[in-house]
Amino acid sequence: MKNNKVLETQSENHSDVERIKRESNYLRGTLKEMLEEPISAGIPDDDNRLMKFHGSYLQDDRDLRNERQRQKLEPAYQFMIRVRAPGGVATPEQYLTMDELAHKYGNGTLRLTTRQSFQLYGIIKWNMKSIMKEINDTLLTTLGACGDVNRNVMCNPNPYQSEIHSEVYEWTAKLSEHLSPKTKAYHEIWLDGKKAIDSKEQEDMEPIYGTVYLPRKFKIGVAVPPSNDVDVYSQDIGFIAIIEDGKLAGFNVAAGGGMGMTHGDTATYPQLARVIGFCKPNQLLDVAEKLVMIQRDFGNRSIRKYARFKYTIDVRGLDWLIDELQSRLDWKLEEARPFHFDHTGDRYGWVKGSNGKWHLTIFIQNGRIKDTDDYKLMTGLREIAKMHTGDFRLTANQNLIIGNVAPENKEVINELIQKYNIADGKNNSALRRNSMACVAFPTCGLAMAESERYFPSLLEKLEILLEEAGLSEEEITIRMSGCPNGCSRPALAEIGFIGKAPGKYNLYIGGSFKGERLSKLYKESIGEQGIIEALKPIFDDYATTKQDNERFGDFVIRKGYVEEVLNGMNFHN
Amino acid sequence: MQLQVVNSPFDQEQIKLLNHLLTNLSKEQCTWLSGYLAAVPHSNEAAASIALANPPDPKQNAATVQEITVLYGSQTGNGQELAEDFSSKLKEQGLNVTLTSMNEFKPNALRKLKNLLIIMSTHGEGDPPDNALSFYEFLHGKRAPKLEQLNYSVLALGDSSYEFFCQTGKEFDQRLAELGATRICPRVDCDLDYDEPASEWYEQVERSFQKLSNVNELVSFPSATETEKITTLYSRKNPFKAEVLENFNLNGRGSNKETRHLELLIEGSNFQYEPGDSIGVYPQNDPELVDALITEMKWTSDELLTIKKEEHTLEKALLHYYEITVLTKPLLQQVNEKFGNEKLRDLLRPENDEDLKEYIQNHDLLDLVKDFSLTGISSQELISLLRKMPARLYSIASSHKANPDEVHLTIGTVRYHAGGRQRNGVCSAQCAERVDVGDTLNIYVHRNPNFRLPADSNIPIIMIGPGTGVAPYRSFLEEREEIGAEGKTWLFFGDQHCVTDFIYQVEWQRWLKEGVLTRMDVAFSRDTDHKVYVQHRMKENSKELFDWLEEGAIVYVCGDEKNMAKDVHETLVDIIQQEGNLSSEGANSYLTKMQQEKRYQRDVY
Ligand code: SRM
Ligand SMILES: Cc1cc2nc3c(=O)[nH]c(=O)nc-3n(C[C@H](O)[C@H](O)[C@H](O)COP(=O)(O)OP(=O)(O)OC[C@H]3O[C@@H](n4cnc5c(N)ncnc54)[C@H](O)[C@@H]3O)c2cc1C
Ligand SMILES: Cc1cc2nc3c(=O)[nH]c(=O)nc-3n(C[C@H](O)[C@H](O)[C@H](O)COP(=O)(O)O)c2cc1C
Ligand code: SF4
Repeated sequence: MKNNKVLETQSENHSDVERIKRESNYLRGTLKEMLEEPISAGIPDDDNRLMKFHGSYLQDDRDLRNERQRQKLEPAYQFMIRVRAPGGVATPEQYLTMDELAHKYGNGTLRLTTRQSFQLYGIIKWNMKSIMKEINDTLLTTLGACGDVNRNVMCNPNPYQSEIHSEVYEWTAKLSEHLSPKTKAYHEIWLDGKKAIDSKEQEDMEPIYGTVYLPRKFKIGVAVPPSNDVDVYSQDIGFIAIIEDGKLAGFNVAAGGGMGMTHGDTATYPQLARVIGFCKPNQLLDVAEKLVMIQRDFGNRSIRKYARFKYTIDVRGLDWLIDELQSRLDWKLEEARPFHFDHTGDRYGWVKGSNGKWHLTIFIQNGRIKDTDDYKLMTGLREIAKMHTGDFRLTANQNLIIGNVAPENKEVINELIQKYNIADGKNNSALRRNSMACVAFPTCGLAMAESERYFPSLLEKLEILLEEAGLSEEEITIRMSGCPNGCSRPALAEIGFIGKAPGKYNLYIGGSFKGERLSKLYKESIGEQGIIEALKPIFDDYATTKQDNERFGDFVIRKGYVEEVLNGMNFHN
Repeated sequence: MQLQVVNSPFDQEQIKLLNHLLTNLSKEQCTWLSGYLAAVPHSNEAAASIALANPPDPKQNAATVQEITVLYGSQTGNGQELAEDFSSKLKEQGLNVTLTSMNEFKPNALRKLKNLLIIMSTHGEGDPPDNALSFYEFLHGKRAPKLEQLNYSVLALGDSSYEFFCQTGKEFDQRLAELGATRICPRVDCDLDYDEPASEWYEQVERSFQKLSNVNELVSFPSATETEKITTLYSRKNPFKAEVLENFNLNGRGSNKETRHLELLIEGSNFQYEPGDSIGVYPQNDPELVDALITEMKWTSDELLTIKKEEHTLEKALLHYYEITVLTKPLLQQVNEKFGNEKLRDLLRPENDEDLKEYIQNHDLLDLVKDFSLTGISSQELISLLRKMPARLYSIASSHKANPDEVHLTIGTVRYHAGGRQRNGVCSAQCAERVDVGDTLNIYVHRNPNFRLPADSNIPIIMIGPGTGVAPYRSFLEEREEIGAEGKTWLFFGDQHCVTDFIYQVEWQRWLKEGVLTRMDVAFSRDTDHKVYVQHRMKENSKELFDWLEEGAIVYVCGDEKNMAKDVHETLVDIIQQEGNLSSEGANSYLTKMQQEKRYQRDVY
């Protein structure tokens, strides 16, 4: 591509991660050797940094950390693998492989993530090569699922308008491919590919990223209105499909969103991506590429917590971004076009698509697929995958769509759904259907409080409050994260919890049902009792004084429980 | 002491006769008889030909008797300890005693010896201890000289729960006789509780020499041992009560194994020990098992028994003093004799030998009394047939220099299913299930001079120890760290799973990082689809391993005897053969030489 100007990355006081990347020879480091090193089931920190680019994290079972330390054992090291699929689309064969690998090498569970990926847990070092190979054999990849590159590109899996969806999906896949790291290290380490001859050849191989990749992770999502399921405003770049006369006209471009912050550091904040214009479908890759390069050249390489694109932009202003982009593109974005969002959640149950095929959205609590004594979800889904001829779609809300079911197969799938009692959301409360929790303990190394393991039981208590208030059928988005990184995008929910310490959460309210507004801190560091005491009066008030069709998030702002936040820079005010 | 089938070479009939005779003899008569018997090569001839007023002439004159050689073959040190003890006692008698371990003894010197005492244990499956191997082969080979000039007696150590009880001792005894030597006292075969029979043997031996040398009044010299500084009051016979400071499982969750790490307070014990030594622990039987036995026999737990002139309740006796989890052939024979029934008699018939072996291996006393309906026997009667509870040995896993007031042990819990029931190792399961921090254990130090760090710490060492076999190496490295040893060290470790079974993992990691440990190779047999064991890792590094041997490295092997020690041994031979371009005999003698030079040391169990 033209205009590929690579600026000197700022050289003063680069963070250690920058050194690791620079010295890694395109993400090789000593990974290969360390994966074979037998004295530890872990790998050194430097290599773990690089490992992320390959789609995997070294974790340890935090439940066992203290116990093992006493036992004179190193932490229970294990790897998490993130398998990305643009737009979350996977074939039944791929799904079955994920299921098989989870049992063969992992902890017997699968996790559907908030970015439409699969995660596998509990893989020990000695099995890493085999599992990575088997993942690639099924034509999925983990390359760039984590690390300072563009991550899995999200896309609305909405099956109603199938033609438009598939066109948007095509662009998503192209975008994902275009922004994938090109290093051969991945092949070399995992797939026994032969070593690249010299570094000159390598240099040409990362035309977008260069030798040190991006200063920080980078995320792109594509929304198809009226659904904002991908939380397009949370993305570093959000594309909003503009449909005119039933056709894809192009995309509105939004930039600079993100959820992460650090407790106690008000220079960090969740931010909404801001719409800066419109581009045609065939300009999509170019726009994305140039925005990525702007972040590559201007992102903060000294302090990682200030390195996300949102800060790069906010420090310089939106006009700067628009100018910079224009100068790199050599053309100007058109003016943004009108669109309208309705919701961020999923629509459960069977829907008939415009292509005559059927789609079934099922509710997966917190995205965790596993078998328990009284709920054989994993077995049920495996049985379905075995006979399913369409596809699977992972939603941005950690749910699963059994997509493109031929009418003649619908009955069989229904029978399996009933046999295994798989939840299509109908039996769950409206609150639960609109809930998400991040992973947190025991695998997430950054967790400060429980999330996935605790959230269901908190919901039970809140369900009772809502029922007492007569609000059982009220759809309210509610999300929990175990730390302020916000992996479940809690700052965009109508009710959000962000972990502070074991059993203690900050309570945020006032996000919008459509994902267009940030929430605001309402109560700090409260436990379960505090949560109930804080929410009960608001629920009761909402039940009695809400206006017609007034959403909970809008209501709390109207009633002054919190102030409206439309720009992240006001989040902490 | 009464002669028994277990502690003597006689059968039941002979024992009856002998016991009858011996209890009626005066002290002088005994002395005379022993001298007489000693001088006659075959005892039945002797018995048949006692001429009343005609004492036999001893072959030797008094002067030569004063030179006595005491040779021991010992693996875990029991034999050595006895040999040392008896030698110093003989010295006190004014005799000229040479005490030697079999591997230090020059076989050629044998033909010049006049008086030889052999103290000999059995290991493996009826095999000689490592340090007796070459001597054993020499004596049993063609080059063995005629030994008509020699008077000898053998004390055999063993464990009657093994099929080949005191095998090596028996073989030595027989072979020396074949070579023409004269047995001055009958061999005594000792079971695990060897103190008493061993001292009886010693007394007989002493009397025989007394007889031979016509020394009526033995001269008493000041005892050498008494003048030595007394280091500790505590011993096997007088164990120290050590408080348990720590007791936790070293295996991570999800492991198939349990290995306890125990830290014991030994402050005030004055114990002296070095890396390579072990701790003996007197265990307690499982109270539930004792209970079940008492119930089954319709005994009562508080009935009083007299043991060694002291009264104890039955429950306490069964908990602390007697072995109830191991059956032995002699026990079954005696039970049969006293309380036998058809079924038991059947099992003991020679043609049912295999069944008997199988039964003994998989059953305990409770099974025995149940299976053969032995209820009705009084507790005193049955208990008089039981063996004393033997102590269990555990390699010391800490350095005295680094932790002067503590001793650490690494105890693998033994649990298995046999004879239709879940069974637990007495001592290991006690430590796993019934020993809390603050409790005490009765312990003593068991020295093992055959498993020692080199005096010169610059000599490279190779340590092979999968499973709990790694325990002494923790003390090796702790010691070397403490004294700042510089030589190279190489550890081979293995177990089932890296994540759960890599015991002391963070310590090895630290020692590797700090250079106390130069190299470590590990083999986790169940982490990959093909089984790998330490010997495979050795083979993979055969070139380097051989280089170390050539540099003079000492090889240590500790842990499982049945499979590991054998496989490791064969692998060492392979490596030496391959890397040293040697024939298989060449490789074997390379290793034998290493053994003689104490550069191949084993502590296997
Ligand atoms: C699995 C997932 C949560 C889930 O419940 O589904 C997840 C899990 C983790 N996230 Fe996330 N993030 C996940 C979506 C998100 C999102 C939501 C999104 O992207 O739409 C966010 C907020 C958006 C954003 O990036 O601002 C998010 C913001 C973070 C951050 C904060 C980044 C920041 O700018 O401050 C971190 C920490 C970091 O990067 O240093 C993080 C880090 C992590 C790590 C890898 C912890 C770590 O770095 O050691 C977590 C692994 C936990 C585990 O055991 O699985 N995760 N993470 C999501 C995987 C997405 C995927 O498939 O790629
Ligand atoms: C010099 C030396 C050092 C030692 N060091 C250590 C050490 O550091 N750590 C350590 O853990 N041990 C060590 N041992 C072994 C230890 O002394 C004990 O033998 C062991 O702990 C078992 O004792 P126990 O009382 O628990 O079991 P016991 O009650 O003595 O039972 C063990 C017996 O159970 C039977 N048995 C075991 N498994 C099975 C099976 N699967 N099927 C049928 N029968 C079975 C066998 O007959 C075995 O002999 C050492 C031994 C020696 C001689
Ligand atoms: C691994 C092992 C194997 C043994 N095998 C036998 C055997 O086959 N026959 C026997 O009578 N005793 C056997 N024993 C018992 C020993 O001979 C007995 O413990 C003896 O007291 C050891 O004496 P030492 O310390 O001098 O070697 C064995 C002991 C061990 C640890
Ligand atoms: S929000 Fe925090 S605790 Fe939850 S998964 Fe992300 S990093 Fe872990």
